[in-house]
Amino acid sequence: MDNLAVTLATAYHRAAMTSARTVIVDYDAGNLRSVQRACAEVGTAADITSDPASVRRADRVIFPGVGAAGSAMRSLRARGLDRALLDVMRDGTPVLGICLGLQISLDRSEENDQQTLGLIAGDVRRFALADPALKVPHMGWNAVRIVRAHPLLAHVEPGDEFYFVHAYYPVPSDEGAVRAVADYEGQFCCALGVGNYFATQFHPEKSGRVGLRLIENFVLWDGNDA
Amino acid sequence: MLSKRLIACLDVRDGNLAKSVRFVDTKDIGDPVAKAREYYRDGLDELVFYDITASSEKRRIILDVVEAVAEQVFIPLSVGGGVRSVADATDLRLAGAEKINVNTAAVERPALIAECAEAIGSQNIVLSMDIRKVGVSPDFPSGYEIVVRGGRSPTGVDALAWTREGERLGAGELVVNSIDADGTRDGYELHLTRAISEAVRIPVIASGGAGVPDHLYDVLTEGKADAALVASMVHYGDYTVSGLKRHLDARGVKMRMSW
Repeated sequence: MDNLAVTLATAYHRAAMTSARTVIVDYDAGNLRSVQRACAEVGTAADITSDPASVRRADRVIFPGVGAAGSAMRSLRARGLDRALLDVMRDGTPVLGICLGLQISLDRSEENDQQTLGLIAGDVRRFALADPALKVPHMGWNAVRIVRAHPLLAHVEPGDEFYFVHAYYPVPSDEGAVRAVADYEGQFCCALGVGNYFATQFHPEKSGRVGLRLIENFVLWDGNDA
Repeated sequence: MLSKRLIACLDVRDGNLAKSVRFVDTKDIGDPVAKAREYYRDGLDELVFYDITASSEKRRIILDVVEAVAEQVFIPLSVGGGVRSVADATDLRLAGAEKINVNTAAVERPALIAECAEAIGSQNIVLSMDIRKVGVSPDFPSGYEIVVRGGRSPTGVDALAWTREGERLGAGELVVNSIDADGTRDGYELHLTRAISEAVRIPVIASGGAGVPDHLYDVLTEGKADAALVASMVHYGDYTVSGLKRHLDARGVKMRMSW
């Protein structure tokens, strides 16, 4: 194809992707409007919903959240959202987990000793730091280092930093799921990806340009992790 | 490792940007939304709005300012000034604030800190403290006193005691604002900032007194602060956000250098 055709094809693909229905899962776990605003900034009107049917119908699902694992799981189950998330995982719908959304996607969390969704094999542990000068929660900007390429991280350059606020971190059973790490008295997994599921421990919606670009990559993503 | 943060504070009065000198003589210096966008694009790490609107009828304006900024600025936003209840905090959060600062109302009713921490998460509650030097005495073992109402009213509360109480009640972060240094451009109160940083395990933001880039260096190293807050240094165009970060980076302070 010549350049014009490529440009037109890209524009068409982009329009088709961004007109797809994107939902943000609402389960009383923090303020979701910042995620919605970030989607708007990259040209996607995302709906905030707590309706499981609406989550099942979506072309793309963002699963954010801040707060504690125990109350989050109770709220998800009470609304039937736990099953809806399992369904969209199985259907191959692209899913983006953020912070607590990532943590409760694993099997188990040390926080409230809680059994969680099990979308991804693994558990969640609390930072146990030897250095008393290091504070928990880990809050602020930290560099993210890619260990295994993923389409959603394609733009991330060495030294790029993202904004974190968390006291627990994910430990997926399959090391191949770890896509990026950050350092806080040792390395921890801060981005993981398996099939149509991708998640970050940091907050892309609060991480400036590099964060917005990750969200833009997500709304254009076909769910293929290679 | 975490980077040190550069935070800009915008004092907003009736929807306009204001800057005080020693908390008394305030003057308007421009549009807060435009300033916020400018600093964000120039690499700012976090933004604080302080609502110094005097009349309660005009308090709605700060919500509009926060909302307008949250639509265009994708870094953590922190808002304070006149937060007296969980409802105030929730309104600001819905408008787009990440973190809520409490100050005078928390001194008058400390349970406010715990209530807000419960409602919106400890990590989102910032205890902002205006502090003046009074000299060591039996009433003030640290030599510093908490003052309220924009620095006008003494409280009789020792600054270090209040710091520890704030942490115990669930504050996720502290702002240490020296009334003596505020607006002087003579540098942060290093001794005070360091004493508080060493007394708690939550992050400390140093505020008040920055005049030249090395003042930021001093408070992030010797003062042991996690973040440095600036206002007039950048508001009047004497320095830029990126210029300050480059200076700190060149002196070996870990800063976020790509944005």
